[in-house]
Amino acid sequence: MKALTSSRFSAFIPFLVAAAVLFVLAPAVLSDFRLNLLARYLCFAIVAVGIGLAWGSGGMLTLGQGVFFGLGAYAMGLHMKLDDAGPGRAPDYMPPTTDFLPGWVEMFRSGIVTIVAIALLPALVALVLGLATFKRKVRGAYFAILSQALAAAFALLIIVLGSQSGNYTNGTNGLNNFRSFFGYDLDDPANQKMLFFIAAGFLLVMVAIARQLRNSRYGELLRACQSSEERVRFLGYDPANVKVVAYVIAAAMAGIGGALFVPVVGIITPLDVGVAPSIAMLIGVAIGGRGTLWGPVLGAIGVAWAQSTLSEQFPAFWTYIQGALFIVVIAFLPGGIAGVGAAIRNARGRWDDRRRGRTDPPAANPVETVKHDVGSMA
Amino acid sequence: MKHTRRNITSAGLLGLTAVLVLTACGSKITPQAGGSTTTSSSAGSATPAAAGASCVDTSGDSVKIGFLNSLSGTMAISEKTVQESLMMAADEINAAGGVLGKQLEVVAEDGASEPATFAEKATKLIQSDCVAAVFGGWTSSSRKAMLPVFESNDALLYYPVQYEGLESSKNIFYTGATTNQQILPALDYLKEQGVTSLFLVGSDYVFPQTANKEIKAWAAANGMEIKGEEYVPLASGADFSTIITKVKDSGAGAVFNTLNGDANVSFFKEYRNVGLAADTMPVVSVSIAEEEVSGVGVENLVGQLTAWNYYQTLDTPANKKFVEDFKAKYGDDRVTSDPMEAAYTSMYLWKNTVEKGKSFAVADIQANAGGVSFEAPEGTVTINGDNHHIAKTALIGKVAEDGLIYTEWTSPAPIEPDPYLTTYPWAAGLS
Amino acid sequence: MDVVVSQVFTGLSIGSILLLAAIGLALTFGQMGVINMAHGEFIMAGGYTAFVVQGLFDNAGVGLLLSIPVAFLVGGLLGVVLEMTLLRRMYHRPLDTLLVTYGVSLILQQLAKNIFGTQGKSVRTPTWLQGPLELFGFDFPKTRVFVLVLAVVTVVGLSVALKTTSLGRRIRATVQNRQLAECSGISSRATDRLTFFLGSGLAGIAGVALTQLSPVNSSVGQSYIINAFLIVVVGGIGQIKGAVIAAFVLGIGQAALEKIYDASLARIIVFVAIVAFLQLRPQGIFNVRTRSLA
Repeated sequence: MKALTSSRFSAFIPFLVAAAVLFVLAPAVLSDFRLNLLARYLCFAIVAVGIGLAWGSGGMLTLGQGVFFGLGAYAMGLHMKLDDAGPGRAPDYMPPTTDFLPGWVEMFRSGIVTIVAIALLPALVALVLGLATFKRKVRGAYFAILSQALAAAFALLIIVLGSQSGNYTNGTNGLNNFRSFFGYDLDDPANQKMLFFIAAGFLLVMVAIARQLRNSRYGELLRACQSSEERVRFLGYDPANVKVVAYVIAAAMAGIGGALFVPVVGIITPLDVGVAPSIAMLIGVAIGGRGTLWGPVLGAIGVAWAQSTLSEQFPAFWTYIQGALFIVVIAFLPGGIAGVGAAIRNARGRWDDRRRGRTDPPAANPVETVKHDVGSMA
Repeated sequence: MKHTRRNITSAGLLGLTAVLVLTACGSKITPQAGGSTTTSSSAGSATPAAAGASCVDTSGDSVKIGFLNSLSGTMAISEKTVQESLMMAADEINAAGGVLGKQLEVVAEDGASEPATFAEKATKLIQSDCVAAVFGGWTSSSRKAMLPVFESNDALLYYPVQYEGLESSKNIFYTGATTNQQILPALDYLKEQGVTSLFLVGSDYVFPQTANKEIKAWAAANGMEIKGEEYVPLASGADFSTIITKVKDSGAGAVFNTLNGDANVSFFKEYRNVGLAADTMPVVSVSIAEEEVSGVGVENLVGQLTAWNYYQTLDTPANKKFVEDFKAKYGDDRVTSDPMEAAYTSMYLWKNTVEKGKSFAVADIQANAGGVSFEAPEGTVTINGDNHHIAKTALIGKVAEDGLIYTEWTSPAPIEPDPYLTTYPWAAGLS
Repeated sequence: MDVVVSQVFTGLSIGSILLLAAIGLALTFGQMGVINMAHGEFIMAGGYTAFVVQGLFDNAGVGLLLSIPVAFLVGGLLGVVLEMTLLRRMYHRPLDTLLVTYGVSLILQQLAKNIFGTQGKSVRTPTWLQGPLELFGFDFPKTRVFVLVLAVVTVVGLSVALKTTSLGRRIRATVQNRQLAECSGISSRATDRLTFFLGSGLAGIAGVALTQLSPVNSSVGQSYIINAFLIVVVGGIGQIKGAVIAAFVLGIGQAALEKIYDASLARIIVFVAIVAFLQLRPQGIFNVRTRSLA
């Protein structure tokens, strides 16, 4: 163990580097267009921080983050459309004869309500879902399948709410053609840059929150739940509550990521919130290293960047790459790139052990052993 | 631990302050009188201070144009054909000396069948590649996603697919049919044939919903009874059992079909399975072209009706050459369809407009577009300078055993585009 | 009355498709705890097999009947390859199998697109399956009757095989207690592989059945996989009778809701109902003591 001062300093360095890259380097070297793309990646990185917490530390495979992302995004999208329309008017995608909007649409006219709803709405839904599943000890596989089913149902719900009876969400077309973001003209490049800085600022804050949680007593409890819920129970804690907290925080982060996505990208459609986008949000986290603090952030940005760049050159090829990434990373590198070093050390250690004539090889990586434990306990 | 906490918090605060400082810059939107709603047509007039000068470079021997079609995802098969015919047009134009003596340099991007990707790639083509014009888009949602991008950057999009109307933008040229050039003629044809009642079946998205709204308004004014209106989810795997039972029990005179893609296969299979047939309850489809016939299965479609402005079987000199060239370039087994023809035509219309004003500038193209015409495979087409649509002849066709569609009925003359249906009294309440 | 009969039949028909899609999963998910997201693509492979096989014959009926065993083999082989290359390393990580097989599913979908194109392929309906079948004064589409019969035959065949054959006994023994089964001299490796072959082969048959109702395209598996998993979860892991009941209840529910509301809304209501049901009975309709899933 190093001295306290040096560990204090080293914890600060990544934040400093990240801040320097995002606030100084990126705006200096990137064109407006590329900076806007990076802002989009940062939105997914914010979601990834939450997934890292729930999945990496808590062992919950959150396959339905698209729901929370969508709740945040549609809250923001509805607000921006209502704001553009002006007081008392319906957004332009609704029939011009619309003179009454239901309360759940009308409430997003208020900026304050929207800002609160962006984090609170996903958090509330996650709270209900989390309590319902974790209290009933629905774990692992069931939780994953139910999350997926909910993501599918949510995307359909958005479409249904945008169809015949009243076009509140604009159906498959989604919400777009925004003019302003809280009064700021979205066509102004200066404001686009501002959005980038907002996304970058939120990302750093989210990582700081995740770091606090991971390093606190709560973080230890959460990891303990991943390895053995029964033992946590014996210690007098309710594992359901511990897990719900991480799930709710992850949901709120996904909501914030979704809300920022809308002004940055300028459009949100049901295609951005269903099953496939929900699963796609996981791959960056897995590659970067689900159990680490910065891994999910870097992984999410890297994957999003690779997708826009590679798909420019080889449109159909990206799907193969994405599929191969899932297979290679999850099956062979569960620790992600961050785990490569550990895997090599492990392999070398195993080889050394064998040379020394030991028979019981250590597990290939920590994640694997953890899962094994859960399987035998449940 | 305690110390680190303080540091991390301060890092967070640092980020926040930075954000707060930076929010000070950037222009605010001044609320307009009455808080005007931005319909697509008026949004362009609120000229953004932001867009800046266009970066299109026309000083060299070549000029860049962009193609934006889905090469991956669910729409790939359809949109790829559009890209192929665009490519053919570009090659032809280059071989004949280019536009204003400049060779066309194509930048092709993949829209991936996702509206958000269409918006992203459109921005890239305009801001990063600096193309003079973009050709592409297929689904209404892809067009709606691109529209604000083209308006705020003051760039040009040529959109080649029939659509639901109720839109016009000075930054988009619509070379496919609007409602009064496709759906209304089909309805008139059915009425002429003595059909007195309709059943409406469509996919659950904007085109069928808007089209059916218009059909219902037309029906109310023309004494046509609407026996039912059903939508199925866009995602594949929809079960048509219930809907077909409703169709069969309704006893309607004809079915108006606005289903999209593969849903047509399930629909027509089920339709035959319950014992319905084209001679007792014909189906008029507005999304099935030559390209889709083989996918749905010729045996399921023989004798059914379609409404378009172009068929491969058209007997015009321009079409003979178009079909021959296309087959020579892409294979003898290939077919040509309405959206492909409209895409091909759109590039020539762009070329003719540029040459008329001797300028690639967006403003000049907008100013000169009115009246520009082209001997297209479908016949002579002319741009309407007011709404940027083109005058087209409506054709009702019937699917034959060979998988091709043959013209059954032709509108007497090219129909002037009327996207907002302003010349139809019954449509007053629609837009 | 007419409406009730026709909607119940529609429900049974929807249920029979769901059942065919889910029955293989009940085996692989139930016994081995593998969450195989590529199961949907095995269904797709079965559908494309029917398309290819039918292309070899002039007679649509011969092609259709022959494609049933061929699709079983194709699905089964795909399953065994997947099991041998990837899944056998991950039996203790069920959540990770979900993500890995999702990757496999992405690749298989893209492969299908590159080979067959994105547009759906239509498989011809043999003349003896065309049109409606008149029974007790009601008209039933023959293709739907065919799928229903195929589903019933498959499920009955499977349960008989599980009860009477030695393979079946080995499978059941492994489901109930893996360690004890191994102690009794059952090679759980070989059993696992055979179970996976069987389960994936059933997906192939489901694919053939589907071609009589809808086109085969690269995303056909995606539209069934989640419902299939829900049926297995609702029915109770490792339970064939549970899956049968769940599939038909779901099918009839969906048909009734579609009649009252529209198709999209019906799907949402079904999803919500399932989540609510699992609150009451997290273990599903039937529960068997089995290796728990993480």
